Amino acid sequence: MADLTTDFLGITSPNPFWLASAPPTDKEYNVRRAFEAGWGGVVWKTLGEEGPPVVNVNGPRYGVVYGADRRVLGINNIELITDRPLETNLEEMARVKADYPDRALIASIMVPCDEASWKAILPRVAETGCDGIELNFGCPHGMSERGMGSAVGQVPEYIEMVTRWCKQYYDKPVIVKLTPNITDIRKPAAAAKNGGADAVSLINTINSITSVDLDNFAPEPTIDGKGSHGGYCGPAVKPIALSMVSEIARNPETHGLPISGIGGVTTWRDAAEFMALGCGNVQVCTAAMTYGFRIVEEMKRGLSQWMDEKGYRSTSEFIGKAVPNVTDWQYLNLNYVTKAKIDQDACIKCGRCYAACEDTSHQAIWMKEGRVFEVNDAECVACNLCIDVCPVEDCITMERMAAGSTDPRTGKTVSDDYANWTTHPNNPMAKAAE
Amino acid sequence: MTSPQTPGIQSGRLSQDQLARNFEDLHAPYDPHEAAVAADRCYFCHDAPCVTACPTEIDIPLFIRQIATGQPEAAAKTIFEQNILGGMCARVCPTETLCEEACVRETAEGKPVEIGRLQRYSTDALMARQGHPFDRAPETGKRVAVVGAGPAGLACAHRLAMKGHAVTIYEARPRPGGLNEYGIAAYKTVDGYAAREVDWLLGIGGITIEYRNALGVEVSLDGLRENFDAVFLGVGLAGVNLLEIEGGEKAGVEDAVRFISDLRQSDDLAALPVGRNVVVIGGGMTAVDAAVQSKLLGAETVTLAYRRSREEMPASGFEQDLAASKGVRLMFNVMPVAMHGNGAVREIELEYTELVDGKLQGTGETIRLPADQVFRAIGQTLAPVDGLDLEGRKVKVNGAGRTSVAGVWAGGDCTPGEDLTVVAVAEGRDAAEDIHATLMAQ
Repeated sequence: MADLTTDFLGITSPNPFWLASAPPTDKEYNVRRAFEAGWGGVVWKTLGEEGPPVVNVNGPRYGVVYGADRRVLGINNIELITDRPLETNLEEMARVKADYPDRALIASIMVPCDEASWKAILPRVAETGCDGIELNFGCPHGMSERGMGSAVGQVPEYIEMVTRWCKQYYDKPVIVKLTPNITDIRKPAAAAKNGGADAVSLINTINSITSVDLDNFAPEPTIDGKGSHGGYCGPAVKPIALSMVSEIARNPETHGLPISGIGGVTTWRDAAEFMALGCGNVQVCTAAMTYGFRIVEEMKRGLSQWMDEKGYRSTSEFIGKAVPNVTDWQYLNLNYVTKAKIDQDACIKCGRCYAACEDTSHQAIWMKEGRVFEVNDAECVACNLCIDVCPVEDCITMERMAAGSTDPRTGKTVSDDYANWTTHPNNPMAKAAE
Repeated sequence: MTSPQTPGIQSGRLSQDQLARNFEDLHAPYDPHEAAVAADRCYFCHDAPCVTACPTEIDIPLFIRQIATGQPEAAAKTIFEQNILGGMCARVCPTETLCEEACVRETAEGKPVEIGRLQRYSTDALMARQGHPFDRAPETGKRVAVVGAGPAGLACAHRLAMKGHAVTIYEARPRPGGLNEYGIAAYKTVDGYAAREVDWLLGIGGITIEYRNALGVEVSLDGLRENFDAVFLGVGLAGVNLLEIEGGEKAGVEDAVRFISDLRQSDDLAALPVGRNVVVIGGGMTAVDAAVQSKLLGAETVTLAYRRSREEMPASGFEQDLAASKGVRLMFNVMPVAMHGNGAVREIELEYTELVDGKLQGTGETIRLPADQVFRAIGQTLAPVDGLDLEGRKVKVNGAGRTSVAGVWAGGDCTPGEDLTVVAVAEGRDAAEDIHATLMAQ
């Protein structure tokens, strides 16, 4: 069985599965249960400054988007940071860390954007013995209107400034949690690095309204007939998170900056994908909120099984392995020519490929007598839509054309030379090959 | 106390509680979540095979999608546009040989989308409101006579009424519905559904029904042609094939259709007599319905004797399995040759059969089974209608149900084609469209 022990910023944990700072990590009771269930680490629910704690709404704070059979695809929330006194949280954290020294315990913090506030809270957090801190620059609702959370995360200068204070007044690892509610994720990541951050974690939740109640014309979740945008998370946001992670991983300015991956991690496979794109570990929330803490067992066993099958002895052996394969469109090989091929034995004759291609693509599928569907290579641009909509796995495949053969669509001979847009004759910016 | 072992034909073999359980709804209706999950399995196929397989060509992928998006009543309207008896068809259609057999998930997994149950879910949802979903066009002043208030006649009448014509239905029996009311196993249409469905259908307006008016007795085709602008015949098959064998006239040898009808009209199943040892002769849906219901009424043994092989049996695999699951013994390749008994039947003698050069013949070997009640379910026949050309033993029709006599259309079991409710509905509906086009062109 592969060793899942992970070293992230010098913090070791028995596995790379951490619970993200969120409702599941709001108090000692939950966190102890999480550790008993086998989670490698916990980022405690975000702490605020000393004084009367924030209050939450007293109506629904979550909204949901369902797939088939009420499968949870995404949840949004309008919950704020912890609504319990700072002192209570700190005492609990100290007790838990003392009892679980082998697990990672990170304090998430959000205080006003002034040096004094950070200077005040950091020593108290340090006293708990926790392994590091995460700066919550991501929360998109409630706190942002008060100049915190994503209001900071959307201004790279603020990120850099606050990170610098933290590195000045705190001597353990500082992780900066980034908001995706921004145009270019590379900017706040670079700011964090410039401020001295040891790592970034992303993504925080995405501004969202899950649905509109059409009887009351109110957005969900609805509080007394009104709604406010919440933060979206869960499997639905994973593709956005993967892309943002990859941007940071391959940007020369931030390449090598440790990343803790967050955003819809539900299975071992999701985790492996985040890690392949450069994440040293992952943080999970929605999967636990949907299925309970026991879900981590599948993640651990699954990742271990996959590592055994692939021959990886530690997570460090595959972390970042997909990063070199993320590139810009202009560098994709235009001489890579494929055609869709339909396996007639596997085909169940639903005709979805035909409808999709005929109505919305390139009219490259024939519907023949007896509901036989065949690809017309002379029209097929290899868009992949037929495969995407086919209900049968591996029924339609993309087959690469051999070098030397003629593409019946273009009439050109297929070459196995690599050639991309930068040198393509149609590109006005093309540089002629010397 | 009477029990399944009590000899002879007796009532009250089972307790009221047991009878009530035995005749419960065959398929419990979906609850909304079950329906949502079932609906989600539909792939929304292009030019969907299920639609092609449906005689009424209901847009099945569309109505299932409407269920999936939370609008079962809108889904029902999609169904009723094509098939006004969509509620009954959802209960009695042999979906396993029609839409569900064609479903691509049957091909993929051997488990089709449960189209019949989804159809029932949505049609029940609409009918629960008791609102009729269609509006009647302004009166055209045309009058059409429909003979028979069965599926074909009702479908024809409804479509004609919707187009604004005034329809009078002449029905031989005291109640409407035809085989839906009199000829289908009770557990397929519980709680007086057939009668409720007709009430609801008549909500379109413009239709009156004259009961106890049989063609050739109280009314004549000539009289109807004289008094109406058009006539539609949906008279079904009123005759029953007889069993011309030695002892075939003995007491206890009865028609399955009569048994099924009596059972459907009974308001006290415990008062309904059934044999201790029942043998049903035949291999169609009527045979299965009679056999299963005999067993459910408390017969100790029930045997369904069919003269050909299992593969050739007209009743579907689903119906065969249903019968077997209720304890009916299915015998294949046997034909009745004699009934024995002193006055009343006591034994039936069956001869084994085989196919020789494509022709079915007896092997000479026979077997005797105890039988104090034998049901004939070997087919029904058309009661002759004067003046109409026949095709085989049914009323000949061209195009959309036009008979050889001008101004007279026909459809349903009395015309060629499969004897299914859904086929009858399609024929009645299409004849109505043709009648409408013809009348409006005059």
